[in-house]
Amino acid sequence: MSLRLDGVSLVHANGLRAINDVRCEIRAGEHVAVIGPSGAGKSTLLRLMSTALRPSTGVVQVLGTDPWHIKGRTLRQLRARIGMVYQAPPLPARQRVVTAVLAGRLGRWPACRAFASLLYPADVAGARAVLARMEIADKLFERCDRLSGGQLQRVGVARTLYQQPDLLLADEPVSAVDPALSIRIVSELIRDANARGNTLVASLHAVDLALQWFPRIIGLRSGEVAFDLPPGEVTEALLGDLYASEQGAPVAGGVPSRGEFGALRREPGFS
Amino acid sequence: MRPGQWAALGLLAAVVWASFSYLALDLGALRTAEAGASMAKYAASFLPPDLSGGFLARCGRATLVTIAISAVGTALAAVAGLALAIPASGRHGPGARAVARLVLNLLRSIPELVWAALMVMAAGLGPFAGTLALAWHTSGVVGRLCAETLENAPREPMQALQLSGCRPAVAFLYGTMPVVLPQFVAYALYRWEINIRMAAVLGVVGAGGLGQMLYVSLSLFQQHKACTVIVAMLLLVIAVDAASAWLRRALSGAR
Amino acid sequence: MRSAGGRWIPEDPAALPRLALTVLMVVLLVPGFRLTEFDPGLLFDPHNRLIMGRFMGTFLPFATAPDFLRLILKATLVTLAMATTGMAIALLIGCPLALLVARSLSVSRIGPGRGRLLGSVLRVPPRLLLMVFRSIPEIVWALLFVRAVGLGPAAGVLAIGVAYGGMLGKVYAEILESGDARPAAALLAAGAGRFSAFLYGLWPVALPELLSYSVYRWECAVRASVIMGFVGAGGLGQQMDVSMRMLNGGEVSSILLVFLMLVMLADGLSALLRRLAA
Repeated sequence: MSLRLDGVSLVHANGLRAINDVRCEIRAGEHVAVIGPSGAGKSTLLRLMSTALRPSTGVVQVLGTDPWHIKGRTLRQLRARIGMVYQAPPLPARQRVVTAVLAGRLGRWPACRAFASLLYPADVAGARAVLARMEIADKLFERCDRLSGGQLQRVGVARTLYQQPDLLLADEPVSAVDPALSIRIVSELIRDANARGNTLVASLHAVDLALQWFPRIIGLRSGEVAFDLPPGEVTEALLGDLYASEQGAPVAGGVPSRGEFGALRREPGFS
Repeated sequence: MRPGQWAALGLLAAVVWASFSYLALDLGALRTAEAGASMAKYAASFLPPDLSGGFLARCGRATLVTIAISAVGTALAAVAGLALAIPASGRHGPGARAVARLVLNLLRSIPELVWAALMVMAAGLGPFAGTLALAWHTSGVVGRLCAETLENAPREPMQALQLSGCRPAVAFLYGTMPVVLPQFVAYALYRWEINIRMAAVLGVVGAGGLGQMLYVSLSLFQQHKACTVIVAMLLLVIAVDAASAWLRRALSGAR
Repeated sequence: MRSAGGRWIPEDPAALPRLALTVLMVVLLVPGFRLTEFDPGLLFDPHNRLIMGRFMGTFLPFATAPDFLRLILKATLVTLAMATTGMAIALLIGCPLALLVARSLSVSRIGPGRGRLLGSVLRVPPRLLLMVFRSIPEIVWALLFVRAVGLGPAAGVLAIGVAYGGMLGKVYAEILESGDARPAAALLAAGAGRFSAFLYGLWPVALPELLSYSVYRWECAVRASVIMGFVGAGGLGQQMDVSMRMLNGGEVSSILLVFLMLVMLADGLSALLRRLAA
């Protein structure tokens, strides 16, 4: 069992109930997409899974362990098996891409190797290989603040891929990049998960992307699970309810419709 | 000028006049021809500067010692300042922050010369006292700046690394240091430049280098030797000013 | 690591510069430790420890005898007066020199003419004078003036006057040169004297900056006055020197406290004045 949430709720200090009584189980090797409107709690849910946030009630079990009952080295070892792709990559501006990517394995490296890598990168070939998969191997020694937004996002993904986690969480990894790059990134995440057999959980804004690439869709609304279905069973009605505004009226402009990404996907040059 | 400005000017003039009279400064006496002549005679007694080979060599060595005092002192201060800045930025809780900030304030409030006098007592006469004095004082200055930079540095990079299993120390090195380091290095170099001038002066209380040579030669009424040392100090300060201006131009041109 | 023709070329382009920098630092610092006679063992030398221990032990309680406090109060006032009068003299020295040196007040630079080279040459001596004044540390000036006019605040006042006069002159000239020079140039071209051109052309614009820097310098002068006391120029510094020689820690800590308060006061006053001036 890769991930297990049992009656998990999260209440913020100001009383706001961000996650309410969520129950779900994700087996090892599964690919799951989490969709929902803004403010539904997708990010919060993923941060609960990544052990960044502690649930107010309920039990979170990650990779078979409750992270809030272990400490120190055991907790660090657990966290080294969890990788997170962020919407905005947390990379220091003046750091070079090679160092930023290699930082993915710092959780597993002994301290001396970590210090030594600051003086001379410990695994240039490995960093180059993973950046090549993101098609920016030429930026290996570039500074992070000299990259465009899309390039920076690719470096962030590369770092998590380099980490080779058993549980890969992606918090809206493609919300800030163009559609073509979105497809590249999502397809690489899926390809990597298939090759290594790790669990993949991604929260996505673009419903089409989720429905096209993931075999299991969890819909989240106001901190609660609205549905947990394979894509074939996710109807327009369900989506309409999910994305309806607070008063129940359908959201202006509609849900991102099917076919938008499908058209792009059929273009040559993309996987 | 507005009436408010006139009032301010008047107040200023009154304060200055009060200061002069409080000190009972007989500056009028200094303006007499007699005083002028004796000052001129005093100034003339310094010339010509002693340019004998042996003494010039000693001056040269003292200049190197002065530079060494400033370099080693600033290097020590950089390490100590950074070490103190980490708790002072609040990363280990509010209690540690308060204590660290108090220590940093104490260190930097005591002027270098007072530190030098204290260190001469603790370590004896000589350049070591001067080095320690600069180290103590400058670590307070550098530490305070570092603490502010660290406080303003974004936390996300370090937190993200800790979430992937990093030890806090490693996460700090990879996540926060790259943000802080350039400013830290620039400031350390700037303080080094200031400290070279300071190191020349600390010797006056016995902390080695050119200052100590000056004090000794003045005390022994060796005016010509004193003149050489003053010229050496002058040349050192001018050279450092020019070098740092050139470096600054080169660096800003390169970026 | 690749090698081309047998030479070792690291893949990381930053590796060689970093290595060079590290070598440079080692080359600078290692002899530095030797030259500074770096010996931490000295701190633990029994004789030194005894003196230092005894001295530090007397730091608390603070010396609060009324006689001593009266002495300190007088010394504080002397220090403040020294800084103020020193700055006054510095202004007397710095202003005229700045006016002489500022290129924006130069008639010969306005247009082509014979006077340009001569003007540049004539500006050199006051420039040199300013450089000498400000490059010799103020405490060295104090040492020299103590030998010339005797112990006491007069030496400190003159030292601040000369050293800070040099600093003020240079910075004033820079401020005058950095502003918009056209009004002044127009006045000079119309035949106005240098001082009139300054008063009507540059002064209004430059005033806030000039004021701000001068107040900041006064704050530095307060600190410098304390330090000059160490070479006999009176004020708090001289008192601290005396107490230190007598190993009276209580008095030293009291004076340090007063000094800290004085510096904070000057800091606050300076910030206030600069805000008012801006």
